[in-house]
Amino acid sequence: MARISLEHVEKVYPNGYVAARDLSLEVADGELLVLVGPSGSGKSTILRLMAGLESVTGGTIRIGERDVTDLPPQQRDIAMVFQNYALYPHMTVRQNLAFGLTIRKQPVSVIDQRVLAVAASLGLDVLLDRKPAQLSGGQRQRVALGRAIVREPLAFLFDEPLSNLDAQLRVETRVELSRLHRKLGATMVYVTHDQSEALTLGDRIAVLKEGVLQQIATPMQLYHHPANKFVAGFIGSPSMNFLDGVVRREGPGAERTFRGKDLTIDVPLRTEAPDKVFLGVRPQHLEVFGGANAGGDGTLRAEVGVVEPMGNEQIVYVTLSGGDRLVAVAPPDQQVTPGDVVSIRVRPEGIHVFDAGTGARLG
Amino acid sequence: MKARAGWGQWAMGGVLVALMVFTLFPFYWALVSSFTPDAALFRDPSLWPKDIILDHYRALFDERDFFTPIRNSLIVAGTTTFFCLTVGTLAAYALARLEFRGKAAIMAFILAVTMFPQISIVSPLYLLLRSLRLIDTYPGLIMPYMTFAMPLTVWVLTGSIRQIPRDLEEAAHVDGASRRQSFTKILLPLAVPSLATTGILTFIYCWNEFLFALSFTLGPERQTVPVAIALFRGQYQVPWGQILAAAVVATAPVAVMVLLFQRRIVQGLTAGAVKG
Repeated sequence: MARISLEHVEKVYPNGYVAARDLSLEVADGELLVLVGPSGSGKSTILRLMAGLESVTGGTIRIGERDVTDLPPQQRDIAMVFQNYALYPHMTVRQNLAFGLTIRKQPVSVIDQRVLAVAASLGLDVLLDRKPAQLSGGQRQRVALGRAIVREPLAFLFDEPLSNLDAQLRVETRVELSRLHRKLGATMVYVTHDQSEALTLGDRIAVLKEGVLQQIATPMQLYHHPANKFVAGFIGSPSMNFLDGVVRREGPGAERTFRGKDLTIDVPLRTEAPDKVFLGVRPQHLEVFGGANAGGDGTLRAEVGVVEPMGNEQIVYVTLSGGDRLVAVAPPDQQVTPGDVVSIRVRPEGIHVFDAGTGARLG
Repeated sequence: MKARAGWGQWAMGGVLVALMVFTLFPFYWALVSSFTPDAALFRDPSLWPKDIILDHYRALFDERDFFTPIRNSLIVAGTTTFFCLTVGTLAAYALARLEFRGKAAIMAFILAVTMFPQISIVSPLYLLLRSLRLIDTYPGLIMPYMTFAMPLTVWVLTGSIRQIPRDLEEAAHVDGASRRQSFTKILLPLAVPSLATTGILTFIYCWNEFLFALSFTLGPERQTVPVAIALFRGQYQVPWGQILAAAVVATAPVAVMVLLFQRRIVQGLTAGAVKG
């Protein structure tokens, strides 16, 4: 096992498309780092740069202490699980698992022993003589995983390995992966566009947008202290609400106050703030009260548009009197019906303020 | 609704049968005629073989030495197919997988070669082959055949290699395979069905080719099957029975080969490679 470090890595395609710009990050030995971002954020390309399937246009990539920047994939000693599994269709499961060892000319006894051990641990032992075409999606996924494990590589790279599975199997496999990571103590880099997958799997998460690293932090840090508006909006479900307005020094103790179209509220800011800002509040930090004035002062009047019952909670879409739309989460037993006029209270501990120009977090 | 679907199927079946009769009848007629005495062929030809004789086949191999043209055809067609497939596969791999300048131009150029009417280049090719002392030799046929068969091979194989998911070779690279290993161990086995298809097409093209074979051979030692059959007709008579018997003998190896490879072709080896 080994750490992976990228130093000022840059990847610009001949047509001018930038997949990575001045990207520096380090995956610690034994860590599971998730690369997450919307499509086009460069996350898969960065993984392919680590694997050596694409070459960098600048910067250095190290695996362990070795500079692998100019090495082809076959000399990097890493394993990769592809989105569509990429099993060799003309080989049996056994041959698929053994391929990496056979190519490296390992003795047959070692190959057999390792293939059997990995197959047993993944429940593939009864499928060893089948071809990939005869397997279900979940089984193919496990073969792809086994093919990576059997090699005992320096690091594992995963390119959206769960996106082709159905919802239930995806959750099961996610847990399985987490367990596997713990058991092997392996360095893993995992690419996904699904923020919930990122939050549940990652020791740390790197959020990417248009080839630029936005923030790299633990799931909790990302959720509670997003570095900018993009991260705040991308991490968490349902997405964070944003209201635009200005920050002024007002009131008796000259507190900082946010003034928006519908809302005036004191905000906890330490630094000098620019005039225009975004106020961000997660749906979980909005409370819904029945009746126009039930919540008392410091509340917003809103009309309920759509209610989505989720079982453990209800997602409530409301429109403020000024026309802004918010999403709130209400307890499952609360009576909320579309068309109701309700009061919305913003819990002060859930307030984030972002610079309207740069999107950077303030305070 | 059901009744109408039934009628549709009947109509479809009728069309298929008509089409099959239309395409297969000449073969059937040739087969029947090759077993019928020449005299009977002209007096009262019958749809059903009446008095079956093997005279034509015997004459073919005893009097005419039909083995030589068959051997020539096998050597020429076999060698051409072999070289077309080896060179063609490598070229197709480069065109499908490598990045280099002028790829589209090369593809267009390869296709352009096939657009020359054969007849227009027979004379220049004859002069060329004569000065190379290749007239009436196997290479003198194999090389012109390759120039005409290769474009098809390259185009078909380029298309089918592009169909093979790139992920498979990338997975092999990450697993430790060199470019050569990923080619021989992953790509080539998956390309076998299309290799078989193009191989058969190339072989049939060479087996049936007439113009070059007639122009670039001088005597029976190097003549191929179509040329030999064409030269059966004498000044005063056309031995139809023997010609048709020869046609049956010439068709048989091709038909056998297609039947042998058929399963390979339709097997669809890439099934299950990726999600689907």
